[in-house]
Amino acid sequence: MSAKQVPDINAFMQRIPYARFLGITVDQRGNEITTVMHFSETLIGNPVLPALHGGTIGAFLEITAIAQLAFEAGTGPLPKPIGLTIDYLRSGRPVDTYGRAIITKQGRRVATVHAEAWQDDRSRPIAAAHGHFLLHPADEPAGS
Amino acid sequence: MAEKQITDEHIALMKDVLIQHVPHARALNMNVVNAKRGEAWLSVPYDERFIGNPATGVIHGGVITSLLDNACGIAVQLALPERLSIATLDLRLDYMKPATPKLDLTGHAHCYKVTKNIAFVRGTAYHTDENDPIATCVGTFMLAANRATPMPISPEAAAEAEALLKQNADTSGGEKA
Repeated sequence: MSAKQVPDINAFMQRIPYARFLGITVDQRGNEITTVMHFSETLIGNPVLPALHGGTIGAFLEITAIAQLAFEAGTGPLPKPIGLTIDYLRSGRPVDTYGRAIITKQGRRVATVHAEAWQDDRSRPIAAAHGHFLLHPADEPAGS
Repeated sequence: MAEKQITDEHIALMKDVLIQHVPHARALNMNVVNAKRGEAWLSVPYDERFIGNPATGVIHGGVITSLLDNACGIAVQLALPERLSIATLDLRLDYMKPATPKLDLTGHAHCYKVTKNIAFVRGTAYHTDENDPIATCVGTFMLAANRATPMPISPEAAAEAEALLKQNADTSGGEKA
């Protein structure tokens, strides 16, 4: 794959310390990317079930959305989240989690993104999120 | 709402029960700074591993998500008349401004309504002034969501937590919808 034509999103995301902290990598195939949150004990929120911490799943979906935006809108300044709504659909088991996002609408300043996370079966997502992201946040900070 | 004064000992207990057994909360160095019936204040110290934007050093929104999700969960636990397992149904976060690098984060969550099946919570993340929020959230939690033990705790801690929560429930007159 030519790194000149297609941005290397995994390398881009690995520059984000928090993405590394959660053990998130990006699998890039042609014009599609899948984010992977590699399982680690530190992601656990409920050790009895055991289940992933809801926060890690939310963070993973946010990073999945950011990766998709970087992939489609360019690897310039990182988009800034404005709001994110996370639906928890199933408990996250202690295995790797995969994520994909769709940019529902990309405006000049704001993009709307939908992201889903699943584990073994893509048709049984463990969580979904939709959110708004501010593009080009360098010249227009989020919030007031 | 009648409020039972929760002492430092109780908070230490809650810390043990609600933080020390949650691996991800430990990984974020999360702390219970204060707690009372239906409310919890948690903090996460600034850590370079949590940076979301290497150009600015600003903490990633996901850390705030984890902090508020956890704070909301604890607020729900502290609002329940009895110990139940809970699961986040949904959580909506709004980001008001970026966190300031090097500053610790505090998350305050308030469980303002409990029905038979659902608990309703809202929360705020800030540095020092809650009226100058970094992010706010609203969430709903499902009660008795699974068959697991509500919290992984030692028998002693379980007994103490049980007693404390029962005590609190009694003083509040119960909140069952």
